[in-house]
Amino acid sequence: MNAKGSVFKYPDNVDTDVIIPARHLNTQDAKELASHCMEDIDKDFVKKVKEGDIMVGGWNFGCGSSREHAPLCIKTAGISVVIAKSFARIFYRNSINIGLPIMECPEAVDAIQAGDTVSVDFDTGVITDETNGNVFHAQPFPPFIQQIISAGGLMKSIKAKQ
Amino acid sequence: MGMTLTQKILAAHAGLDEVKPGQLINAKLDIVLGNDITTPVAINEFERAGFDRVFDKEHIAIVLDHFVPNKDIKSATQSKQCREFANKYDILNFYDVGQMGIEHALLPEKGIVTAGDCVIGADSHTCTYGALGAFSTGVGSTDMAAGMATGMAWFKVPSAIRFVLTGKFSPRVSGKDLILHIIGMIGVDGALYKSMEFTGPGVAGLTMDDRLCICNMAIEAGAKNGIFPVDEVTRAYLKGRSQREPVFYEADPDAQYEKTIEIDLSQLEPTVSYPHLPENTHKASEGSDIKIDQVVIGSCTNGRLEDMEAAYNVLKGKHIAKGVRGIIIPATMAVYKECILRGWTTAFIDAGCIVSTPTCGPCLGGYMGILAEGERCVSTTNRNFVGRMGHVKSEVYLASPATAAASALTGYITDPRKV
Repeated sequence: MNAKGSVFKYPDNVDTDVIIPARHLNTQDAKELASHCMEDIDKDFVKKVKEGDIMVGGWNFGCGSSREHAPLCIKTAGISVVIAKSFARIFYRNSINIGLPIMECPEAVDAIQAGDTVSVDFDTGVITDETNGNVFHAQPFPPFIQQIISAGGLMKSIKAKQ
Repeated sequence: MGMTLTQKILAAHAGLDEVKPGQLINAKLDIVLGNDITTPVAINEFERAGFDRVFDKEHIAIVLDHFVPNKDIKSATQSKQCREFANKYDILNFYDVGQMGIEHALLPEKGIVTAGDCVIGADSHTCTYGALGAFSTGVGSTDMAAGMATGMAWFKVPSAIRFVLTGKFSPRVSGKDLILHIIGMIGVDGALYKSMEFTGPGVAGLTMDDRLCICNMAIEAGAKNGIFPVDEVTRAYLKGRSQREPVFYEADPDAQYEKTIEIDLSQLEPTVSYPHLPENTHKASEGSDIKIDQVVIGSCTNGRLEDMEAAYNVLKGKHIAKGVRGIIIPATMAVYKECILRGWTTAFIDAGCIVSTPTCGPCLGGYMGILAEGERCVSTTNRNFVGRMGHVKSEVYLASPATAAASALTGYITDPRKV
């Protein structure tokens, strides 16, 4: 599986309150949630994002609340992968469970600029900044987590085992 | 190799003699928790996957607390979905308006969680129950759905940071000041993926309400869980309360810690986290030029009886400053009733505050105290992110109940020892 798209770049400690503010949590509708994605730190995100685009963040991406609405609205907005220096642990877990690809790669985050075109090879963990040709290597997931991802998320993985 | 307290509990629940940091395990769950925001998403996942039974109706807790009494039609619809699911599967610990409280105040109070438990909750502040000597951690809705179906969850075994506490708090310094101080010291990802284990002679002097507050905000340092050893304070709290038999685990004497940090409680001062991160800590005494519009005293962090008492001790017989809105929200119906019986509610109202029935409400910018552009609030809640309590240009200052109450009296951030 691969991804390719242009980059939206955000700072350290992007929290789930700015990914999807709690005032919108009175719905579970993914499309409605996605229409408010990132609105408190980047009003233009939902206007500009295209299917397949890539989100890049710093340390501790997705910190704060456990709301699964956060990775869900990023995924529904069209983002194909989130690359960060590190992820807050509940966001990390939620992303794997719902099938939003995520990668930890501090070097890539430092070098990649907003608007760059980036491609990702999920099998090898290779991240390529096609705007300037730079290549980075993310840590692959352990097999236990790979298995959840390849089953299509946690619920499908549990069902498959039953 | 010796195990930490967290590792001991995880090993027992995974049916293993030993676990090591980084190991991936499947563990049995004692309680699976959700609220009115996260449970509907979990119900959808549960049903979409085709499950038609829960693993154990006595080991699931569903608490309607974030947007109740419901603030609008959409939130009422979500509560209705939770209510129907709870009825359909006969969920024992389902708490609706009238019986509910903020989940992390309610579950310990009702004895739904106890020492030695392994608990997941679809709410990040589920880490609160470490105060009882339990392993508990926040997860998302899909984990809740899987937990309700199977009674199991996967975990990566965490390493731990040990906090050795010595000394005693000075007057009007509390657990909130300690945890804010720690987050200021190690940062909002200072304990990422790790346990925060509290130990040392200073633990004995911490009340259960202090411990619950401290573990509650472990997530604000990125931690997987916070945990206290079981002692006399724990046993006294659990007695006559636990729905199940508690199990007391201890860390091995040769347990490995990634780091040990010593903190002398007597040196701590009333502490405030400025916008927009909990790590942005300052002494309350330095904030006397910061004018405020609102004070919130409540939440899963600081809505317990001792928190109400701390606010009462500052506010009794006085009146809050002109132009400040004082909002006090006892975290459970039992705390709410006790405030009435003790005359504290009257004192709060006479001081110019409102007193609400339990709700998470303003903490997450839901309702009951949303901030307009440019407004500032001193709040006993747990997060001060951009837009957390309302407008993106509003500001939240996190503090203890005593500091929040003192600030309400003056209209500026105020050290509670100065009023």
